[in-house]
Amino acid sequence: MSTTRTPRKPRPSARSDPQAAHRLALLESMLRVRRFEERCVELYSAARIRGFMHLYIGEEAVAVGVNEALTDDDAVVSTYREHGHALARGVPAEAIMAEMFGKATGCSRGRGGSMHLFDAGRRFYGGNAIVGGGLPLAAGLALADRMTGRNRVTCCFFGDGAFAEGEFHETANLAALWGLPLLLVCENNLYAMGTALARHQAQTDLALRAAAYGMVSWAVDGMDVFAVEDAARRAAEGVRAGGGPHFLEMRTYRFRAHSMYDSDRYRDKAEIEHWKERDPVEGLARRLREAKELTDRARTALEDRLAAEIDAAVEAAERAPEEPVEDLLKYVTSPVEAIRP
Amino acid sequence: MTVTHTPTAGPATPSVEKTTYREAMREALREALRTDDRVFLMGEDVGRYGGCFGVSLGLLEEFGPERIRDAPLSESAFVGAGIGAAMAGMRPIVEIMTVNFSLLALDQILNNAATLLHMSGGQLPVPIVIRMTTGAGRQLAAQHSHSLEGWYAHIPGLRVLAPATITDARHMLTPALADPDPVLIFEHGSLYNVSGELSAHSGPVDIDRAAIRRPGTDVSVITYGGSLPKALAAAEDLANIGISAEVVDLRTLRPLDDATIGDSVARTHRAVVVDEGWRSGSLAAEISARLTEQHFYDLDAPIERVCSVEVPMPYARRLEEAALPQPAGIVTAARRAVGEPVPTGADEGADAGRSS
Ligand SMILES: Cc1ncc(C[n+]2csc(CCOP(=O)(O)OP(=O)(O)O)c2C)c(N)n1
Repeated sequence: MSTTRTPRKPRPSARSDPQAAHRLALLESMLRVRRFEERCVELYSAARIRGFMHLYIGEEAVAVGVNEALTDDDAVVSTYREHGHALARGVPAEAIMAEMFGKATGCSRGRGGSMHLFDAGRRFYGGNAIVGGGLPLAAGLALADRMTGRNRVTCCFFGDGAFAEGEFHETANLAALWGLPLLLVCENNLYAMGTALARHQAQTDLALRAAAYGMVSWAVDGMDVFAVEDAARRAAEGVRAGGGPHFLEMRTYRFRAHSMYDSDRYRDKAEIEHWKERDPVEGLARRLREAKELTDRARTALEDRLAAEIDAAVEAAERAPEEPVEDLLKYVTSPVEAIRP
Repeated sequence: MTVTHTPTAGPATPSVEKTTYREAMREALREALRTDDRVFLMGEDVGRYGGCFGVSLGLLEEFGPERIRDAPLSESAFVGAGIGAAMAGMRPIVEIMTVNFSLLALDQILNNAATLLHMSGGQLPVPIVIRMTTGAGRQLAAQHSHSLEGWYAHIPGLRVLAPATITDARHMLTPALADPDPVLIFEHGSLYNVSGELSAHSGPVDIDRAAIRRPGTDVSVITYGGSLPKALAAAEDLANIGISAEVVDLRTLRPLDDATIGDSVARTHRAVVVDEGWRSGSLAAEISARLTEQHFYDLDAPIERVCSVEVPMPYARRLEEAALPQPAGIVTAARRAVGEPVPTGADEGADAGRSS
């Protein structure tokens, strides 16, 4: 894709219609995640990215739709499958890419890699690779807001697999008991690594089970960004209004294997193809094209712009300095001045 | 834990087969499942997925879902269930994906598995085998890379094994299952792809004894698990500069085989302990203390330790390499122990943990 062209904002009928502009922005956001990760696959094959890498391809509508319901003041707690959450939260592609390259300019200064992206300034709290590990943290962030009277939402993403961990059930109970301002977003992509939902959950209706803790709980079509956004807005409003924790079960699907190490032998190819027909990104693009809100030219311009953005991120990551080995012991404990000002 | 395990002697001319550490482990599981109906394998993704490291690939087809049991992401629950099943006469082999995740089950392992026999006045033995991976070296960052087997070696009531060779991977499981008490087996993630020859008739491993993997006269390099190949590489380098290093593979981290370790040091008079755990409060610290207690007058030099630098394991390759024990660091430590001049700069990185 050409990168020489001056990037332009796509704006067909968007100029006159703020709703249409919003829809285009959703598409752009989802496409950014998709294209970013597709590039990551290439870079992984070229051994520029190492370690475990989990792709979000197919699930983009969830991160993007939920993020629409959050403000900059809210907090996001994520998992090891967090490229999409981080990008939707506004963490720059450049900082994420540099992190995956293990560079000093990475958002975790090369210490974390793909699974541990952090951006405290954007209240993006990772990047947790212990399944369920982020849930109690999220309750704590919400508790701090509650205790200091700040009207903020903490949003925690986790998978259907994490729903089986005690961490989920203990957190749900605590949050409901104390009425914490917590938005629990379960990304039910039907698999915990290689184990299908019905083989790891006694009751597969997760929203039903969450409701047992006394939380408002809904199941949502996670392949439809409008449905996700609408549900997330209503849930976040409920949380902000003092309604305690809300639970959203996002019914979604990952198009690729669990991680780059997974040969994906446990899924039926037909099942994957069936879900790909519901591709959230292309589905939205199709709808916008049919509604004459997205022309072919605008789509091309958008693709070019994203390609240029990702090219720039990769180039910057390539050029970025390595963290010096002499700094190995940095960030193990806080510097003295941080403790005693 | 006073059971003694007598290795059965194999025939005089054993045939050899080429295999990998991963396949050896799988063969051990297969044999256990075949020979004892009470044995079953339980853990996350051990069945349909074939085990997250491919160890149990194919076992589901062979033994069925009752005995190759996929568990939900509920480490505490399925480890606890394994303990209960063991008390009820089964012989569960529970797989936890990595030692990092075993912390979610630590309560079950410590407060139940290791303790029930004692608390019940000897009435409730827990014959469970818990396997998990450990260690760093694959750029998986802190939550997937730590070496915490030394913590488990702290706990009375457990036996802790660390197979470092293909033969041990193949033959440690039988005595582990025969042990009436809980046995933890730590498999270093970097060993699975190691290939080599396995004697077709090698018998069960003596899990009470450490093994001398390379005889030597000048210094004892004491190590285990994923650090064994590094120690052997260092011994090779040391041989090239005229230093004869004896490499001792602990094999069993609890109970430690004081006799084998001590005999080696009594012969070489110098010791380097290599441990991928962090230095402070490490297994290396324990071994060093024991040698000081029992062999103070045999020692001609201070005991050296080569451990991981005291930092959560970083993702970036250079940082991870710098944080881990490496052959060069072992060579430097051994040179220092034997009083050879250490080239300037050789100390860097290899031993940064000393200062913290
Ligand atoms: C406590 C713990 N157990 C096991 C693992 C290994 N593991 C990593 S991801 C994963 C599957 C999680 O599935 P789910 O929660 O549904 O999230 P998804 O990957 O589908 O987004 C497993 C088993 C882990 N990281 N942490």
